[in-house]
Amino acid sequence: MAEPTKASKPSGTDEPVIITPNVSEVETVEAATAEEAVAAIEAPVERGEPILQVRNLVKHFPLTQGILIKKQVGAVKAVDGISFDLYQGETLGIVGESGCGKSTVAKLLMTLERATAGEVFYKGQDITKLSGRALKAVRRNIQMVFQDPYTSLNPRMTVGDIIGEPYEIHPEVAPKGSRRQKVQDLLDVVGLNPEYINRYPHQFSGGQRQRIGIARGLALNPEIIICDEPVSALDVSVQAQVINLMEKLQDEFNLSYLFIAHDLSIVRHISDRVGVMYLGKMAEIGSDEQIYDHPTHPYTQALLSAVPVPDPVAREGRERIILTGDVPSPANPPSGCRFRTRCWKAEDKCAKETPLLAIPERFIGQDTPAAHESACHFAEEKDVVHAA
Amino acid sequence: MPDLTKTSTTDETAAAQDEVVAGSAVSAHASTGKPRSLWGDAWRELRRNPLFVISSVLILLLLLVAAFPGLFTGADPSTGDQAKHFLGKPELSHVFQADWFGYDRTGRSIYSRVVHGARNSILVGLGVTLLVTLFGGLCGMLAGYFGGFWDSLISRLIDVFFGIPFLLGAMVVLNAFTDRTVWVVMGALAFLGWTQIARVMRGAVITTKHADYVMAARALGAGTKRILFRHILPNAVAPVIVVATISLGTYIVAESTLSYLGLGLADDAISWGGDISTATQDIRNNPHTLFFPAGMLSITVLAFIMMGDAVREALDPKLR
Amino acid sequence: MTSIDIKEDSIPAPRSREEKSGRLLDVKDLHVEFHTRDGVVKAVNGVNYSVDAGETLAVLGESGSGKSVTAQAIMGILDMPPGKIPQGEILFRGQDMLKMSNEERRKVRGRKIAMIFQDALSSLNPVLSVGYQLGEMFRVHEGMGRKEAKAKAIELMDRVKIPAARERVNDYPHQFSGGMRQRIMIAMALALEPDLIIADEPTTALDVTVQAQVMDLLAELQREYHMGLILITHDLGVVADVADKIAVMYAGRIVETAPVHELYKRPAHPYTRGLLDSIPRLDQKGHELYAIKGLPPNLLKIPSGCAFNPRCPKAQDICRTEIPALVPVTEQDGASLPGRGSACHFWKETIHG
Repeated sequence: MAEPTKASKPSGTDEPVIITPNVSEVETVEAATAEEAVAAIEAPVERGEPILQVRNLVKHFPLTQGILIKKQVGAVKAVDGISFDLYQGETLGIVGESGCGKSTVAKLLMTLERATAGEVFYKGQDITKLSGRALKAVRRNIQMVFQDPYTSLNPRMTVGDIIGEPYEIHPEVAPKGSRRQKVQDLLDVVGLNPEYINRYPHQFSGGQRQRIGIARGLALNPEIIICDEPVSALDVSVQAQVINLMEKLQDEFNLSYLFIAHDLSIVRHISDRVGVMYLGKMAEIGSDEQIYDHPTHPYTQALLSAVPVPDPVAREGRERIILTGDVPSPANPPSGCRFRTRCWKAEDKCAKETPLLAIPERFIGQDTPAAHESACHFAEEKDVVHAA
Repeated sequence: MPDLTKTSTTDETAAAQDEVVAGSAVSAHASTGKPRSLWGDAWRELRRNPLFVISSVLILLLLLVAAFPGLFTGADPSTGDQAKHFLGKPELSHVFQADWFGYDRTGRSIYSRVVHGARNSILVGLGVTLLVTLFGGLCGMLAGYFGGFWDSLISRLIDVFFGIPFLLGAMVVLNAFTDRTVWVVMGALAFLGWTQIARVMRGAVITTKHADYVMAARALGAGTKRILFRHILPNAVAPVIVVATISLGTYIVAESTLSYLGLGLADDAISWGGDISTATQDIRNNPHTLFFPAGMLSITVLAFIMMGDAVREALDPKLR
Repeated sequence: MTSIDIKEDSIPAPRSREEKSGRLLDVKDLHVEFHTRDGVVKAVNGVNYSVDAGETLAVLGESGSGKSVTAQAIMGILDMPPGKIPQGEILFRGQDMLKMSNEERRKVRGRKIAMIFQDALSSLNPVLSVGYQLGEMFRVHEGMGRKEAKAKAIELMDRVKIPAARERVNDYPHQFSGGMRQRIMIAMALALEPDLIIADEPTTALDVTVQAQVMDLLAELQREYHMGLILITHDLGVVADVADKIAVMYAGRIVETAPVHELYKRPAHPYTRGLLDSIPRLDQKGHELYAIKGLPPNLLKIPSGCAFNPRCPKAQDICRTEIPALVPVTEQDGASLPGRGSACHFWKETIHG
């Protein structure tokens, strides 16, 4: 096992601290005042530098009982110590099944939920601790595209008001007179007719509405866009349009995407790197080739092998791993490795020791695509995607 | 072919309409014309509803009567000529005349009393509804949006008030006042009635609070004020409007009931409830003294309930 | 069509071996429309398909293609009004179900044709235990006693591989996970050993790993009971796994039919080709995705001619004026390709060129 180097201060939980040795050191910025914090946030970042560094992020939702005075009786461990870096201009895909905590990660990064523990460094600033003006400045730079285009737009506002709202909240971005023009430009950028500015969301189809959502996300010229299942509610023929649009915008505006989805094929298509989550923990993370063509974590292998491929010929040659049972409850996750209850490789060690997310020992120093971070005691390469 | 524009209150139709939307799935509006706001759609829907047309004509008429009773009758409602008119029967052909609905036992024109009584009833109805909507709505919004301690506090308070029988409570409260003006009655009814709106508002706010577009606004850095008034309130207010419209009628009934029991407006005030109370003494021989004030009361209440029903249909998200 | 005398005996007689084979369902020129205040929504515009015993037909289409409405019409659970079937026949073992009385229809439904819905949680009654709901099928349809019905329910739960069926038979739907609930739905559909099962997006709401379990179960049970299966889905991947033949729907019409391997290898309709090209692959990293331009059709105003023409890269003048019929597709040399059909004026160019 690699000697773990502490990436950050221990977070205040009784859980064993998850240590991620392979993520780069965080350069923290000590800002004494809000002005300094804002200045640091607004400084540019070079391409190839991490723009967002997540360290041991934890979110427990308390389960409470009681009428007037609430007593905590337990916690849903939605996110339980995950770490990763997001680089300038790249797309990091996060995949996992429902209940794995991927949507909670999105909300934590957007500071829509407060983290129970851990840090999220944006340009060296821990945004989980920010508030007020500094937080607002961060929000300008990190935007979100939501899953459901039918519920993410206020039905009582016109498209112009929806896309223009960011400018009302951050008036410094665009002077009042220029806003209408900016909104029309944005509509044009996402491929909608700028004359639709006075229409209401229900007058558009799902794909068009998702474009409106994307335009709203772009309004403030953010550097990072967090996409929470942005195409899963759309029809197949429209999905491709939206994916292509998102790729075009990424090139045009040098955006970094955190792309959260359950559709593994789409994630492979759009992502540079991919992280696989299971029950609040990161099981495996690496480049798209490493994860899809050389997975070493049994969960990743099972997940990939279960994906139906729209090609009966390729299908028949593939090995399928059918997992038994369901995902355990995050309120009461298994000890040790969380996947052990469904894993065919599980041994006693898996129940006792929580595997760390690190390059498995056997692959260290080897120049193989299998040498990427994987949280398994018995990591082993296995190609499940290609026909044998 | 069944016409869907025809109104129907059954859930079945709502479900059927849902089905159509699901069946066609692709938004029917995707490429069609002009901006259409949801409020605008609701308004178009309302105008096509005969229930709404009838009730709004009735209500407008009632408001006119309440505001300008002099336009409808010149007869004095408070003093009567006992010698001449004592318990005169209605002269239904004498439209708009003082003796149209006959006279009561003190010789006062019932027509005039019905006309002049409208003001108090409608004033109480509107006033209580306004107070209840403002106060109850505010409480409901705070409880729903902020949750936690405030929610627990307000919700328990609502529970306590729900435990008090509305009329009995109003009787007890009003009994403490000797000078029962319109404002006192209004205050007493509002004091006991705000919980219904508060509950509806709280529920609507909680539902709306978790909507994705509210989250989207928060992600943009929007403040509490903007989120509450721009995003939550416009989307949560529909059920409150419906409940307020329907309950307006019930407040008018409550006022009349209290006046009937002698616990509503002071004795010298003209009120349908008070007149109904007086009329019961003569009900065998002179049913007309009961019939007209009671009839007016029923029509008024019915008009508001019909209006509320029509509004509910127009605003019901299931029909959208 | 010769009319068949429908008497008591033609309904659910105990089935024999012969009855378990042959043509089960024949949908002929089915039309469904919905009358709304915005106009007439033409959801289904002349659909023809058939299913034999032991065969799996996948109906593939996007939202608004009419795939689910067709299924609802077959099941007789369409809301009428606003729905209306102005034209068409739904023949189940040769009898037109649209001409049956409600009572006759009710007997076919559940006993002979059963349906599995996408959302298992809302299809199960939350206040009754699953054992009770499963047993109800036997109590109502076969007049069994309470005890007997419960034993049957446990047997069924075992059949669909719900672990510890005996202990869980008294649990309520919310106590089961999504995958388990879908198994209960399958058990319910299987209860009376129907000849045909219609599964409407049965795995869409489930996670991939659970999806695979449920599809496997469904396929296995189908083989075991030799049932016909209509699988309605939008997922080209799911179809590839289990279907024997595919019907692709667009704007209420079938635009292409083919045996499963053929369709993926050589699509004969530009819409099918576009769909196949627009989904990213798991096993290779592509470049830009092919995207079908434009929007799905508005069913209030279906484009004239071929409904796909505004989005089609091959569209010519004829496509805007003439509705293409579903014609048999052949090899370049004219050799027949059984089971293949395409509703495109330029199918030759699409498949061969």
